[in-house]
Amino acid sequence: MIILIAVLVLGFIAGSFGLLLGFAAIRYRVEGNPLVDQIDALLPQTQCGQCGYAGCRPYAEAIANGEAPINQCPPGGEQVIVALADLLGVEPEPLNEEHGEHKAVPMVAVIDENTCIGCTLCIQACPVDAILGAAKHMHTVIADECTGCELCIPPCPVDCITMEPLKQTLDDWKWEPPPLPGESFDDDDDEAPAHA
Amino acid sequence: MPDGSRSTLPFHLHRFHGGLHLEDHKQESATRPLQTASLPGQLILRLKQHIGEPNEPRVAVGDRVLRGQKIADTPERVAAPLHAPSSGTVVAIEDRPVAHPSGKSDRCIVIEPDGLDEAIAFEPPDLERCSREDLLRLIREAGIVGLGGAVFPTAAKAETAAAHPIQTLIINGAECEPWITCDDLLMRSRPEAVIAGIRHLQRILEPAQTLIGIEDNKPEAIAAMQQALDEAALTDTRLVPIPTVYPSGGEKQLIKILTGHEVKSRHLAFEIGLLCQNVGTCAAISDALDRGQPLTHRIVTVTGTGVREPGNWVVPLGTPFEHLVELAGGFSVERPEPIMGGPMMGFEVRLDAGLVKAGNCLLILNRDHRPEEHECVRCGRCTDVCPAQLLPQQLYWYGRARQFDKAEEYHLFDCIECGCCAAVCPSHLPLVQLYRYAKSEIREQQRKSWKSDRARKRHEFREARIARQKAEEEERRRKKREALAKKKSTPAARPETELDPVQAALERVKARKAAQQVAPKNTDNLTPAQRRQIEEAEARRRKLKQGPDS
Repeated sequence: MIILIAVLVLGFIAGSFGLLLGFAAIRYRVEGNPLVDQIDALLPQTQCGQCGYAGCRPYAEAIANGEAPINQCPPGGEQVIVALADLLGVEPEPLNEEHGEHKAVPMVAVIDENTCIGCTLCIQACPVDAILGAAKHMHTVIADECTGCELCIPPCPVDCITMEPLKQTLDDWKWEPPPLPGESFDDDDDEAPAHA
Repeated sequence: MPDGSRSTLPFHLHRFHGGLHLEDHKQESATRPLQTASLPGQLILRLKQHIGEPNEPRVAVGDRVLRGQKIADTPERVAAPLHAPSSGTVVAIEDRPVAHPSGKSDRCIVIEPDGLDEAIAFEPPDLERCSREDLLRLIREAGIVGLGGAVFPTAAKAETAAAHPIQTLIINGAECEPWITCDDLLMRSRPEAVIAGIRHLQRILEPAQTLIGIEDNKPEAIAAMQQALDEAALTDTRLVPIPTVYPSGGEKQLIKILTGHEVKSRHLAFEIGLLCQNVGTCAAISDALDRGQPLTHRIVTVTGTGVREPGNWVVPLGTPFEHLVELAGGFSVERPEPIMGGPMMGFEVRLDAGLVKAGNCLLILNRDHRPEEHECVRCGRCTDVCPAQLLPQQLYWYGRARQFDKAEEYHLFDCIECGCCAAVCPSHLPLVQLYRYAKSEIREQQRKSWKSDRARKRHEFREARIARQKAEEEERRRKKREALAKKKSTPAARPETELDPVQAALERVKARKAAQQVAPKNTDNLTPAQRRQIEEAEARRRKLKQGPDS
């Protein structure tokens, strides 16, 4: 009898926890892979495809699935690699130069409007809809929206698109790091001691 | 006395945390009277002289402009137009070096003065009829910005504040930074203009009380202001001499001294019913509303160990700094270091840049060797003097380790960049420079992430649009296929004996051709001879048709 009661009580407890867990699994279900979102948030969103994937999100998915290394994003450069290494708990690696070089200055596409024949091919190539125009009419780049991915350059039949460095305004200007004693400024091992 | 301006009641002052007693170096420039500057060869006016949206030129190269004529403006709210400081010709609208810590160039309007200094007709507005909105519009149109150094458009600030009940209007005449005396000279030479400006602000904001804070190292300014205040008989307005402690002129510090209130981190003063305005701004408001004159000149202190005759001048905006050095008798040192602002918060400028609305002082120091930096000895003096009650040492460690997110957690953005920490550091660490650097790095990261978020949204929208178009196309095709299939299913019910339509068409053509051949025309009414000829011809044709082989 005692054994029966014990079995019933334990069975009841197990059953109720099972129901609770089952309910929680449905109620708090997470759509998609949150890691992909976190990785995607760190990528520069140029959608250039230099990593070998069809955009930033596919690359983020590949990283999350362990199919791609973290050093294939030239527009992000070292900064993104370090951030990804931090997020994933792996060692940062140098950028894989096979995929392209990191450009220190942000670039923007410029259409030579005298040469443009209005073929709309670049409009179809732009991953962020940053080119404005219609068939047989002049096209132009919305500089504020251009990510500098260069995807519009190969389809142009008259080669009227060039990449130019983005004009820096004084509002974007940054202070130089001041001279400090001890290790050089680029040293990332320089850990901050905890506040006493 | 009926008015409350000269209350003999003791005023209870508060103290802010930290701060420094610095050598004030005010006597060098404050002992000489205010002078009017001569016109330079060129006026170089940066298009954007304020915090907010940039201006666009309203004149073209070659135009003749008059003093007070508007030369640049924008329809945006947070902005202030720019006016020509003297008559002359616009000779260029181009990038020129500007008064900015980067030493870089920005768009400027360059005016060559003709020396006549002709002005447009200034029309003082009918103030009796002006509503609060009219006054704000007039202040904006006069190009007035905060002349204490922040250059935030005054009309936008007052408009935002006017939406809240303003308990106390604070007039900042502290001028706490060493060497600078332009506000001192203004209060001594034109106190009635400052008071008139305060009266206009009171009309706009309707504060319960107004406090004028002036550091007690300026007794002449305090006396002159008190006299003007008594004459104007402003109610509920009180002049309060405050102790000389740097940085008492910081907005949050002055609020603490005068009212005891602390403005919370990342909050603004008007949220707790307070508004601060600089004395220079008040005088500019009076010029605009009482005389109809826009902001085209400002008082500048030219001083320092590196000039021969320091003093204060009323200077047209756009005057190159080298011209100011000439006014002050030229350099007296071999390696001068020109600084716009004071020694604590100022920055080095190029001498060919033009004066901007923010330029309260041109300080020329001797460029001496900076003492070498040593490692932090953790003395904690920076923490003792920090007026924002931050932990400069922690910020230093996080800043140099580039752990900017941590620095932000330690309220880096509450740093007012007063420079007290760097001034007291026994290791001569460039602390405030490091914080500026960290702030600009964080701002850039924020800009980048804002831009990449936008690119992601646009990309996702494009993908969704392409998917939708594809689905719509697919739907259209499916409908068409269905319609065709329906059409096909109806003729399928017909008997199969019927000919293929192509075959039938071919048959029809054949039949028509045959009919044409057997029906020769104009064969009626022929003579027997003609009939015979035809028959003969037909016989020959038949013979030929049967073939040559027969």
